[in-house]
Amino acid sequence: MGPLQSVVDFVGPELYYWALSPAIKIAVLLFAGILPLITYLVLAERKILGFIQVRVGPNRVGPWGLLQPIADVMKLLVKEDVIPNRAIRWAFILAPCLVVGPALVIFAVIPVGPPSAEPGGLDLFVTDVNVGLLFVVAMATIAVYGLILGGWSSNSKFSLLGGLRSAAQMISYEVPQGLAIVAALLLAGSMSMVDIVEAQKNSGLWFVFPQIVGFFIYFVAGVAESNRNPFDLPEAESELVAGYHTEYSGMRFALFFLGEYANMIVISAVAVTLFFGGWYRPFPNVEALAFLDLSFLPAGLAGVIWFSLKVFVFLFTYIWFRGTFPRYRFDQLMDLGWKWMIPLSLLNIFFTALIKLLL
Amino acid sequence: MTEPGGGAHTLFDLKEMELNFGPQHPSTHGVLRLKLKVDGERIVDCYPIIGYLHRGTEKLFELNPYFQNVPHTDRMDYVAAATNNLAYVGAVEKLFGIQVPPRASYIRTILCELQRISSHLLWLATHAIDIGAMTPFFYCFREREIILDLFEEYCGARLTLNCMRPGGQPFDLTVGWEQRCRDFVADFPSKIAEYEGLLTDNRIWKKRTVGIGVLDPDVALDYGITGPLLRGSGVDWDLRKVHPYEAYGDVEFDVPLGRNGDTYDRYIIRMEEMRQSCRILDQCLDKLPGGKIMAHKPRVMKGPKVGEAYYAIEAPKGEIGFYIVSDGKPGPYRCRVRPPSFMNLQIVPEMAKNHLLADLVAIIGTTDIVLGEVDR
Repeated sequence: MGPLQSVVDFVGPELYYWALSPAIKIAVLLFAGILPLITYLVLAERKILGFIQVRVGPNRVGPWGLLQPIADVMKLLVKEDVIPNRAIRWAFILAPCLVVGPALVIFAVIPVGPPSAEPGGLDLFVTDVNVGLLFVVAMATIAVYGLILGGWSSNSKFSLLGGLRSAAQMISYEVPQGLAIVAALLLAGSMSMVDIVEAQKNSGLWFVFPQIVGFFIYFVAGVAESNRNPFDLPEAESELVAGYHTEYSGMRFALFFLGEYANMIVISAVAVTLFFGGWYRPFPNVEALAFLDLSFLPAGLAGVIWFSLKVFVFLFTYIWFRGTFPRYRFDQLMDLGWKWMIPLSLLNIFFTALIKLLL
Repeated sequence: MTEPGGGAHTLFDLKEMELNFGPQHPSTHGVLRLKLKVDGERIVDCYPIIGYLHRGTEKLFELNPYFQNVPHTDRMDYVAAATNNLAYVGAVEKLFGIQVPPRASYIRTILCELQRISSHLLWLATHAIDIGAMTPFFYCFREREIILDLFEEYCGARLTLNCMRPGGQPFDLTVGWEQRCRDFVADFPSKIAEYEGLLTDNRIWKKRTVGIGVLDPDVALDYGITGPLLRGSGVDWDLRKVHPYEAYGDVEFDVPLGRNGDTYDRYIIRMEEMRQSCRILDQCLDKLPGGKIMAHKPRVMKGPKVGEAYYAIEAPKGEIGFYIVSDGKPGPYRCRVRPPSFMNLQIVPEMAKNHLLADLVAIIGTTDIVLGEVDR
């Protein structure tokens, strides 16, 4: 524990564990993890969609368009920042921050890798809150304020309709999503994200198997909540021009964009944590598959790799959806949410609880 | 005096919002502008405002001799230039009493059916992307590209074809064109199956189209609706069958009919029409006669007799007709176009009423309008 220990000695353990370590982790997570991931997720989406749609996708900036995200970000940063004349300024400025902020904050409680084996070592997550899952749900809910404020403050009718759509949609779909999470909680018996992952290892079973209905509801609701196809009505370009962000341009628009993609990653990461065994390899208790532990790598790194792989599968599914499905209509979306998913998720909780009680 | 779309049917109270849909809007297929009154997202009233693409084409027709007007017709329905060409040259031939040689007739039929496929492909592409399915758009453009290449090889142009002349065809088919066309026709049905695989049985697609924009056959007839819109409501009216022109009398094909008159039926019908077009193309290529491609006519055409002629054909979007009045001069005295898009657009407010905003784009898509033709 050479370098880490010397840093701890230098600043003192108090300061290190309470301030420095989380700050470094957040910085690394944000600037080396999430933000590059988001920008390259956009590129990946365009490339994969290109593959699905018999075209090549971006290929002008750098080899295979690899520098495209950088060019895009540069463009968005230097663009003129337009606020419409009759917009409500404070709300107009606040809205994108409300979308992107909470989405990034959620990453604090997502365990991308295992906690360290000995106390005082390096945990591969910012923090492990004992109400972690509740925190995720609570933070995800804040984004809806951003969308509705953005739609309303732009003083444009298309934006307003987009904002209203997104408010209705996100509130409706948070209910089944929350209920699906509850069923998984019943199995794990804890709300801490780390404990949930450990519970899956201990039971030797990813929760997706006993909770297939719950997982299905969670992911569908998650797609709806991140406003992605086939539930991308709030920004349905063929109907509402661009929905709630019609009037936004430059970096403010980019923040909405960032928020959407961050949300995709959050939904995927929570799905992996809740239902797919987090950072553990598939079948963590089967000795025959021990080579999947990648034990030649530094401790924890294998966990990060497995976690990332699982998240990428979900992100690919998101993009795949976009290449395949048409868009639901507003009222049909509400029907689906209230008439099918909520009753189904309640039933799911009931049966999960029943089985848990009987066992 | 009431403002367009204002006050006439409904009172503007606090519940309703007026929404200006277009002319700059991604899914109004050009420069259509709709003035909407919406209650939440439900459309209470809808009033189309046209004229943003008006170029005075009908007046331009009067300024040129008959034989120089063909390029103007390209620019009306710019995604289906060949059928426009045919309707115009047909009217001129009728006025002059020119008989077209059989080979030219067959070439015209082939070009028109290729054009029908390409127009329907563009319709499917935009209709699907309006409803949110992004991928069919690119698939459709892939096949449309082949058709445009065929056009380019035949007449040098891809969009504004100018590929017909009164009296016959300007060019014969190039070497190997027939074979390339055959290859396309043989391959195309499998591509239609590909589009249908993405859409036809898709739950979401069905939810978005079944029962949307239902058009009663009587209403359709009252409004003068033609083309797939009319046939979607179950009215058996296809000019290719009822008044066969060019080579359509010699080929066998079916006219698909809908039952419910909704957006889904019209989708199914257009898909089937593309298959039938392939059948027609196949037969035309088999039967293609040899011989001249241009009727005998004097080098310098004098004006026709004083009189008038109306000639209509089945364009991809419906009946397109040219009504030409001659006063004996080399150019038309008056040329009036009966564009299918203009007639079909009238039904949009009727169909859109009491639907949601999202359905409006499906309804605009299903009427398949081209604003170049609406405004002329």
